[in-house]
Amino acid sequence: MSTELVEALVGMREKDALQIVEAMLDRGEKPEEILAQSGEAMRIVGEHYEECDFFLPELIMSGEMLKKIGALLKPRMAAQASTRTMVGRVVLGTVRGDIHDIGKDIVGFVLDVNGFEVTDLGINVPEDRFVEAVREKKPQILALSGFLSLAFDTMKSTIAAVEQAGLRGGLKVVIGGGQIDATVRDFVGADAYGDDAMAALRLAKEAVGVS
Amino acid sequence: MAADTSWADMTPDEKRAQRLDAWLNPPVEFDSPEAEGLYKARVGRFIDAILLEKTPDRVPTRINAGWWPATHAGLTPYDAMHDSGRAHKAWIDFNVEFQPDAMVGPLLYTTPAAVFEALDYHLYSWPGHGTPNEASYQYNEKEWMLPEEYDDLIADPTDYLLRTYLPRTVGAFAGFAGISSFADFTELPFVSGHVGAWGSPEMVTGLESLARAAREVGTWQQQVFPTLGQLMAMGFPAYDGGATKAPFDILGDTLRGTRGVMIDMFRCPEKVLEACERLVPVAIRWALKRPAPPATPVIFLPLHKGADGFMSDEQFGTFYWPTLRKVLMGLIDEGITPFLFAEGRYGSRLEIISDLPKGKTVWLFDQTDMARAKETIGRVACIEGNVPLSLMHAGTPEQVADYTKHLIDTAGAGGGYILDIGAVADAGRGENLHAMMDTAKEYGIY
Repeated sequence: MSTELVEALVGMREKDALQIVEAMLDRGEKPEEILAQSGEAMRIVGEHYEECDFFLPELIMSGEMLKKIGALLKPRMAAQASTRTMVGRVVLGTVRGDIHDIGKDIVGFVLDVNGFEVTDLGINVPEDRFVEAVREKKPQILALSGFLSLAFDTMKSTIAAVEQAGLRGGLKVVIGGGQIDATVRDFVGADAYGDDAMAALRLAKEAVGVS
Repeated sequence: MAADTSWADMTPDEKRAQRLDAWLNPPVEFDSPEAEGLYKARVGRFIDAILLEKTPDRVPTRINAGWWPATHAGLTPYDAMHDSGRAHKAWIDFNVEFQPDAMVGPLLYTTPAAVFEALDYHLYSWPGHGTPNEASYQYNEKEWMLPEEYDDLIADPTDYLLRTYLPRTVGAFAGFAGISSFADFTELPFVSGHVGAWGSPEMVTGLESLARAAREVGTWQQQVFPTLGQLMAMGFPAYDGGATKAPFDILGDTLRGTRGVMIDMFRCPEKVLEACERLVPVAIRWALKRPAPPATPVIFLPLHKGADGFMSDEQFGTFYWPTLRKVLMGLIDEGITPFLFAEGRYGSRLEIISDLPKGKTVWLFDQTDMARAKETIGRVACIEGNVPLSLMHAGTPEQVADYTKHLIDTAGAGGGYILDIGAVADAGRGENLHAMMDTAKEYGIY
């Protein structure tokens, strides 16, 4: 599906995209149709990212444009329950001691637009908050973000706390952040690590058995 | 070079020769002839590796250490920022134990927290003040500079910093938002209209805060300068003589913030370009125009927003590299050796950054393929790195030794290489660092 809106979004042409959305709303197009086209554009953006045509700036700009479109649509959307089908649930956060959030936010955004219900606990999240969120939300995936080398130890203690609470079984634990690699994955007891948001999406889809 | 040639008349190479000579022959009373011998051998080793004219006697070693000297001694970053005495001892002990060719200096890590508390510094959190005691200081991401302020920054960067940015980001500067242009002082009739604002409650309190911060720094300097002197007298040379940044990073790190500058590349690319150009002389003068000249010829530039994944090659070539290169050439013209820390991965940038004069820069790589780096930037620059942080933290001495040998064989072939850890190490296993240093001394002989 390639429409004017999809092309403007993929082309990072924010002004054009917003003008098109306003024109669509003026002629009575449904907000759901605009969201569907926005979602298609994000899928293409994701492909470009995988193919190394697009990078972090395009992901951040995409998020900005979607936020603005969302603001235009919000008054028009009925106060209805979401008809989105969730493919899975993710609990996400930056571990205790670390306040980096940009990578985590991108991961959350990419997972969300791809149908995952994301509970983002924020930054500097203590072990017991992760445990509580896993217990409450029953996610298939626990995604831990950490950039500092300090995060190696708190990722380890977070995963240990989840294990001690009897919640590790069946949970896929994925980690990411600047210095994360296979050595760190093994050190902290995670199931997998990813270099970027698209890797996180791949791992999340694997965890819930979708392609 | 005639004895009466003034600095301004010297060529860049003459300026550099003078700076290298000062580095090799500092006005220091060494503890012993052995210590002096160690110092000169170490600096000589760095000079050989940097100039690319001959191979050193062995691979020089540095330790890219953050808080590691503190954590190695059982201190937390909080301890280091609250107890200078214990912290400085930990740094000395670390250098003595591991014997790097350049001192691991304590300047960034033992600055007392009281300084930042007195200033009411909003840009960062630090242990005990927004981050846990065991964590490092960390930047608070925010659009501290607003998108509508580009024209102010471009018109007069220092005025923008002083009267708009600093009042927003440093509590002690709040009063500066209320003062008018300093040009007022150039004419007697305009002075009275200016001076009144210096008596505002925010300004009076702010000046007291600045004085308090200065006193804290003064007390600390009475400990840290002797510590640096002690390390030099023992034979450990300093490496960085100062620092600056790429103009895009000045803009994107702590002015517009990461999200802000990335969105600006789409929304107002011409403003981003103009701001980066305007910041070129600011970045050069930041490093060089100081009360005292740099202690060594090496000026440090941490590189952030240009790493692989942070932008495309096209964006790198448009927004990031041209003004960074101008800063590097400006520094090189003054006889300085820029030392660039390419954090993250730089694999896609290696060809473009190779457009630099030979033997004039050093590049510390983090997760970049060092064999590729050797074939590209390594032909014109000394390369440094890249033992992984993860290995230091969670690997075995054998793994570290193997990785180090491989580095010496590939990155170190023919010289032009300095062994180091690829990222800033706040903690790790001491035996792993010993393995890295021992391997350099046993296996790294040319």
